[in-house]
Amino acid sequence: MSIRITIDGHEVIAQHGDRLVDVAADNGVYIPTLCYQRGKPCLGTCRACSVRVNGNVMAACTVPVSDGMEVEVNEPEVADMRKALVELLFAEGNHNCPSCEKSGRCELQAVGYEVGMMVSRFPYRFPVRERETAPEKLWLERDRCIFCQRCVEFVRDKETGRKIFSIDHRGTHASIEVDVALANKMPDEQVREAAELCPVGCIIEKGLGYNDPIGRRKFEIKSIRERALKRKHK
Amino acid sequence: MSSTEKHEIASHELPATPLDPETQAARDEKIQVAMIGLCGCWGCTLSFLDMDENLLRLLEKVTITRSSLTDVKRIPHRCAIGFVEGGVANDENIETLEHFRENCDILISVGACAVWGGVPAMRNVVPLEECFEEAYLDVPTTEPDSEPRIPYHPDLPKITTKVYPCHEVVKMDYFIPGCPPDGEAIFKVLDDLVNGREVELPTSINRYD
Ligand code: SF4
Ligand code: SF4
Ligand code: SF4
Repeated sequence: MSIRITIDGHEVIAQHGDRLVDVAADNGVYIPTLCYQRGKPCLGTCRACSVRVNGNVMAACTVPVSDGMEVEVNEPEVADMRKALVELLFAEGNHNCPSCEKSGRCELQAVGYEVGMMVSRFPYRFPVRERETAPEKLWLERDRCIFCQRCVEFVRDKETGRKIFSIDHRGTHASIEVDVALANKMPDEQVREAAELCPVGCIIEKGLGYNDPIGRRKFEIKSIRERALKRKHK
Repeated sequence: MSSTEKHEIASHELPATPLDPETQAARDEKIQVAMIGLCGCWGCTLSFLDMDENLLRLLEKVTITRSSLTDVKRIPHRCAIGFVEGGVANDENIETLEHFRENCDILISVGACAVWGGVPAMRNVVPLEECFEEAYLDVPTTEPDSEPRIPYHPDLPKITTKVYPCHEVVKMDYFIPGCPPDGEAIFKVLDDLVNGREVELPTSINRYD
């Protein structure tokens, strides 16, 4: 059923129940996401897509559109709220982009540029997080994990369907963990997909890194905004 | 700092031939710009040099005192705009940064080190004692007969327990991320300031690596 909503005052026609974040993208309005991927089930963990819907702040990936909805995306206060969320992620881990294998291909970094982050307004915490290097084909650089849960939900053992990644503990003690036996069974292809799926440089394929020269890396060729706006599903 | 009591003379205190009054007066009228380096690798300072010929367009309006372009060791008088490379890793950095803050109207953190600590801040996850041990005691490159020891002398700056971003020590007004940022990014900020525009670093030239 066709419905009408407004995004930043502009009227937009959409299908009832479509996800707000997709509707916005289809109408040229970029909303950053870190956990959400179009076409996959919504996780709603990162909140980077927060917008105001009928006056309330909500994660746009979790909102099915309905007739008459009034959405604010680029209103300064809510835009700054999204920026603050991204700044929190940078302050919470250790993100030394110059030495990171994912730099130039990293969604967190790319979103940082899109929200205009120059510095985090929060004190940098410099947490101590041990890296996990036990699996044969991949390792976890835990400093960079943003706990989006993409790997937890979408990377499964081919045979049993069991989860390979999990998050232990909560809050500041949270830690991304990997089942080493299951990880060692992952075909090369799946290892590559998992590393690709991780929005940051936490899941890293061993023996690979810094392959593309600066200037020719993923988000330098096409920005994350352009990629989100162009991916029309219809 | 205690070193001034020890009859040390900084280069700016040495006798120098004054500029001819006309040139001096013309310079004094311009916007004074300076750049200091704290705990960094001088990469950002090199990016300052990379403003290249762009800078010529601004020289009508600005004059550059202490920086990689000159050999001035201490800003000779108050500056309008001060750029800072590097974070704070020792007590001398603190003193230099505080002096700079007191003598600049606008201060700008340039590069990852100044903005959040950068490469030197990688030691923040290791206790300082272990850093010293690694650098001076367990180091494989010591002279065979020498007794390894951690250097200490009143003239040596004292290392801080952690490396701090500049804005955790003094107020910073603007930030240019990057390791190092391009000369283009530094120029954009300087150009905005000199021409009284609101400082804005477009997404296309903002980067963290
Ligand atoms: S994960 Fe992304 S943001 Fe973090 S250090 Fe690597 S490139 Fe930078
Ligand atoms: S390892 Fe990567 S994909 Fe998994 S939760 Fe952390 S950031 Fe997300
Ligand atoms: S930000 Fe990078 S280039 Fe600049 S001083 Fe630090 S290490 Fe050097």
